[in-house]
Amino acid sequence: MKSLRKFFDNIKPYVEEGGKFHALRSLVDGFETFAFVPNQTSRVGSVNIHDAIDSKRIMSLVVIALMPALLFGMYNVGYQNYAAAGTLANASFWELFGFGFLAVLPKIIVSYVVGLGIEFVVAQWKGEEIQEGFLVSGILIPMIIPVNTPLWMLAIAVAFSVILAKEIFGGTGMNVFNPALVTRAFLFFSYPSVMTGDDNVWVAQSTIFGLGNNLPDTYAAATPLGNAALGQPLADQCAAITGLIPGAIGETSVIAIALGAILLLWTGVASWKTMISVFVGGGLTAALFHATGSSPLTWCDQIVLGGFCFGAVFMATDPVTSARTEGGKYIYGFLIGVVAVMVRVLNPGFPEGMMLAILLMNIFAPLIDYFFVQSNINKRAKRAIK
Amino acid sequence: MAKVIKLRKGLDINLKGKAALETVTVECPGEYALVPDDFTGLKPKVVVKEGDSVKVGDALFVDKLHPEVNFVSPVSGTVSLVERGDRRKLLSVRVKPDGKQEARQFNVKGDVKALLVESGLFAFFRQRPYDVVANPEDKPKAIFVSAFNSMPLSQDFEYALKGQEKEFQAGLDALSRIAKVYLGISPKQTSPVLTAAKNCEVTVFDGPAPAGNVGVQINHISPINKGEVVWTMGAEEVIFVGRLMLTGKVDLTRLVAVAGSEVKKPAYARVLVGQKLTTLLNGQIDASKSLRIINGNVMTGLKTTQDGFLGAHATEVNVIPEGDHADEFMGWIAPRFNTFSTHRSYFSWLLGKKKEYVMDARIKGGERHMIMSGEYDKVFPMDIYAGYLVKAIIAGDIDRQEALGIYEVAPEDFAIAEFVDSSKLELQRIVREGLDILRKENA
Repeated sequence: MKSLRKFFDNIKPYVEEGGKFHALRSLVDGFETFAFVPNQTSRVGSVNIHDAIDSKRIMSLVVIALMPALLFGMYNVGYQNYAAAGTLANASFWELFGFGFLAVLPKIIVSYVVGLGIEFVVAQWKGEEIQEGFLVSGILIPMIIPVNTPLWMLAIAVAFSVILAKEIFGGTGMNVFNPALVTRAFLFFSYPSVMTGDDNVWVAQSTIFGLGNNLPDTYAAATPLGNAALGQPLADQCAAITGLIPGAIGETSVIAIALGAILLLWTGVASWKTMISVFVGGGLTAALFHATGSSPLTWCDQIVLGGFCFGAVFMATDPVTSARTEGGKYIYGFLIGVVAVMVRVLNPGFPEGMMLAILLMNIFAPLIDYFFVQSNINKRAKRAIK
Repeated sequence: MAKVIKLRKGLDINLKGKAALETVTVECPGEYALVPDDFTGLKPKVVVKEGDSVKVGDALFVDKLHPEVNFVSPVSGTVSLVERGDRRKLLSVRVKPDGKQEARQFNVKGDVKALLVESGLFAFFRQRPYDVVANPEDKPKAIFVSAFNSMPLSQDFEYALKGQEKEFQAGLDALSRIAKVYLGISPKQTSPVLTAAKNCEVTVFDGPAPAGNVGVQINHISPINKGEVVWTMGAEEVIFVGRLMLTGKVDLTRLVAVAGSEVKKPAYARVLVGQKLTTLLNGQIDASKSLRIINGNVMTGLKTTQDGFLGAHATEVNVIPEGDHADEFMGWIAPRFNTFSTHRSYFSWLLGKKKEYVMDARIKGGERHMIMSGEYDKVFPMDIYAGYLVKAIIAGDIDRQEALGIYEVAPEDFAIAEFVDSSKLELQRIVREGLDILRKENA
């Protein structure tokens, strides 16, 4: 530890303004603050002591909360492949998980390398510290895409969203849209065939390092939501809760997502107001559609299927793009639930509505806040006239 | 029975090194100083020369805009130095005491405001909006006094009040002749001098810090509207006024809490405004360590050195570790059991509220844009959207600042919010700068 400290102290002069390797300042700075809590003390005129919480720890917590869903997602990628080939009985747990791990890892690496690379460059250019926001986005992105998404598409989509959805607005904390969802939306509208389309995108199709099975080109597995759009009711609710169904990598298991949700709510990183409201809004709307016969799915099915839980727990609660007033969080969450189910049921083109619902409400979050803040302003103005 | 206002929002921070309720005697320093910067918003004009002899209550400098407002010497002696900095900015006026404490005699009959202006005690009024020195031409809507400080390591005013009960009431009586006086007290304070104070309206504020901030109390009793002016005064300064009313002499003696984890024997000391800190800290701290000496409270005070002078409004001197060589490894993921945090990702919630923490002056993170929402609101017990107000100040949008209630706040009201902020924004500095700009624009 001491030698590491010394190492940073030694290389610091080289990367500072005017040093030989100044172009690497943001990189060194990023790694130094990763290794050590900054020793910088508060300036004169500001509070002298500070709470130990910082955005690095908050973002790391979200990443930790995502781990159960990610690990289960890897297992499920293997499970779906072996199940499709009919060799599930012969495969061990580690074979399934290993296959999924190898299928998912390149996506995580591409997402982080492209996204963080851009973050480092921007931080260097602006002379700021690296912002941790992408630590979360970078792991969210591989979890919300189908396993068969080509890496080059992923790289383009990540670059698009980091630059155009985040950095041009001023970086983490200033963005209007959730960058992970913008990545998915970019893929969804630019390359629809690999995101939904022929239903052959959800199950890994070929072997990796000898693991897994090659599936025939014509193999297709629709998600239960895809089936529901065609009017079929949900066959196996139990599988939908454990998550052994086709779907985007991280979104399938309700149980794994619930573990993450507990951590986020307990630590207060995610707002329970937003999260609960999404479920209430979605559940009520789904019950209504089911009662009127518009959808074969009950309210319970709607919630456990697709990206509903994942979106409610990890995406809707993004503090930057959601409503910032406490009252606004209820409305924001509720409308996400309503719109998500409405898109699913009423629009035959989109079996899944969570992404569109959250992106739509990202736009309206400032409007919702506006009404709450304005009521405070009006109260003050009225008081002044009296 | 006094009205009780319950506050839920806020945070009590339990720091090690609270001052024991005993008073130690400290020696008389060789020099006292009155620092104009302690009186926010003041443009000072020196009225003495080096070598002049002054009595207690003689003016050292005056307000350039209102030359009748005196800022007076706490001691009798000779002016030893008129210290100036860049562009001849007045830094301090220092007085070498002669040990006699000869005081100028004031006539206490007649107009109270004129008496306070003449005797220098008016300088201790602060006004809202802007949280600056008051303007004697204003007619304030009310005068607010908070009899307790809820910040960590702060002075226990009930202890300071012992033996000064008569003076305190006399001070309140005098203030009530200027405007209606509101006194805010804590439910823990039981002294009848406070609970049954006369010539003022007593309100009990029950809640965590910053419940003791006079700004919070104003917001709940009679919020300030645009165009209105409210004056505030520290509780101990009311005693100054009382002493003047009873004796006709200025006596700026305070009971200062010398506290903090790095103070060997935290206790109280009876000193004068402008006392050199060396005398307070002599033998109390280990000078070989890297320490942060704070002139005033740990939440709101300014970093100073042993050679600094006790600030005009300071009721405590806090000393904490600077922590600039802590080198904490992988702090973003380590459990850090001994670290205090309001956040549940640390374990201080397990250790209960009784545990006392040692905290150093590190920011413990990098400055970011505002990311989390609702962090400030949890510890900001006013009917104001703190986050939106801070954003309006950063953006320089004056109309919006007014609409969101900037006239009701002072930098100190944001101290707890700044403490808990995970984005590490310097809220007090932002608010101070915002108020200064607004004051200039409205002038």
